[in-house]
Amino acid sequence: MMIEAKNINFYYGNFHALKGINIAIPANTVTALIGPSGCGKSTFLRLFNRMNDTIENAKLTGECLVNGQNIYDKTVQVDALRKNVGMVFQKPNPFPKSIYENVAYGLKVNGVSDKKYIAERVEQSLVAAALWDEVKDKLHQSAFALSGGQQQRLCIARALAISPSVLLMDEPASALDPISTSKIEELIHGLKEKYTIVIVTHNMQQAARVSDKTGFFMYGELIEYSDTKKMFLNPENIQTQNYITGRFG
Amino acid sequence: MFSKNIQQKIAFHIFRLLSFSILGVLVWILGFIIYNGIQVINWEFITAFPKEGMTEGGIFPAIIGTIYLVIGSMMFAVPLGIMSAIYISEYASNQKWVKFIRIMTNNLASIPSIVFGLFGMALFVHTFGFGDSILAGSLTLGILIIPLVIRTTEEALKAVPESYRLGSIALGATKFQTIKNVVFPIAFPNIMTGIILSVGRVSGETAPILFTVAAYFLPKLPQSIFDQAMALPYHLYVIATSGTDIEASKPIAYGTAFVLISIVLIINLLAGWIRRYFEKQNPK
Repeated sequence: MMIEAKNINFYYGNFHALKGINIAIPANTVTALIGPSGCGKSTFLRLFNRMNDTIENAKLTGECLVNGQNIYDKTVQVDALRKNVGMVFQKPNPFPKSIYENVAYGLKVNGVSDKKYIAERVEQSLVAAALWDEVKDKLHQSAFALSGGQQQRLCIARALAISPSVLLMDEPASALDPISTSKIEELIHGLKEKYTIVIVTHNMQQAARVSDKTGFFMYGELIEYSDTKKMFLNPENIQTQNYITGRFG
Repeated sequence: MFSKNIQQKIAFHIFRLLSFSILGVLVWILGFIIYNGIQVINWEFITAFPKEGMTEGGIFPAIIGTIYLVIGSMMFAVPLGIMSAIYISEYASNQKWVKFIRIMTNNLASIPSIVFGLFGMALFVHTFGFGDSILAGSLTLGILIIPLVIRTTEEALKAVPESYRLGSIALGATKFQTIKNVVFPIAFPNIMTGIILSVGRVSGETAPILFTVAAYFLPKLPQSIFDQAMALPYHLYVIATSGTDIEASKPIAYGTAFVLISIVLIINLLAGWIRRYFEKQNPK
């Protein structure tokens, strides 16, 4: 299993945000996390690259494992973990630098200085993010000249450049138009050959289209977790069924 | 009494009148200084030493002194102020402590400048034994403007969207790398604004240099940071109040004021240019 959660409880102060979550996500799959707003799915996603670390008064119990290692163990270097577990945010957030510098950034902060290797990785990552053809002639222009959808693919390229094994995506297409969204979805489909992807989404059609497995969250609990096909055709839980068919949330 | 539309009209006219009157005061001051000052401005005035008990000649040593003091105080205050601001806004996790530092910085900013002068004399001139010197004057001026640098830097850092920090940290960058490579370059143009304001303040302050560096008259330029220096604001004060012949040196006083304003203006323009240059490097 690439990602495992064992009896995870998470609190924001007194608020019990995640309640006894157990999940096991196999490598090279796409897992969609769905559920109504405030159900804890984004909080759960952010546990796996420890983005919740900076939140004050937050408390975590249980074990989060990536590739068999407890990532909250004291011996784990958080920056090394984040190099291995990449993240794409809801709103495209390229740096105010050139397209090239955006992709090269992760390599540089992780100590890569070989210019030839960086140039290769930048090209490979942009190709992998299906952006190369659109930007190859303007690599040194500002990333802000790109459209929202292109910016989001740039952020995916930026995350891929440092060769993570896991890619966390927090509603990566919710700020984009339908055409850009379908490009991102195609991309996700292709990326699972090399990466394990966990995607949080509000869009159930999207979950059905891109994912192999789906987890349904409600009120901080993981209600159901199974193969996407089974989940959408024949959910076991009545709450899941209500949510998927639009009777709730 | 009046209909609401007439009320609105009256209010707008009053606001407009007030804003124009402020502009008027500014134009008046500048016009007065320029009109009176420009008459004595020539090459000799800005490159020669004062002559005949400061009723003739130039103000060259005062210009040089002011430039030295600006550079000296900036070298001290800018790194210190920026680093403190980074600590307060990016690193410090104890909010009570941050609040305390912030209150103290604001207090420091509201202390009258003559008190800084006295403090500088006691600490730098006497205790540290620097004597009346460019070093003592620069340090005193530096302390005076540190709050300004801290506050503007803090505001500049706060204006950088959190999403950039998260984006950088999510790529495995440390906090320090994030600040150095992403946050600081974005904040830099706004930090520049704070530095410009401080330069204006430093070049115009008289009280802090009164007891720490300023000389009434020096026959030669300062040779090291342990020498005294003349400075434009103090020179202006001296020739307007206690010269050998105050009436005769009046044109020189206006000329000095003109030069002082021009220097501040040039620094502002220069800084604005630098600011625009960096904004182009980091488009928003």
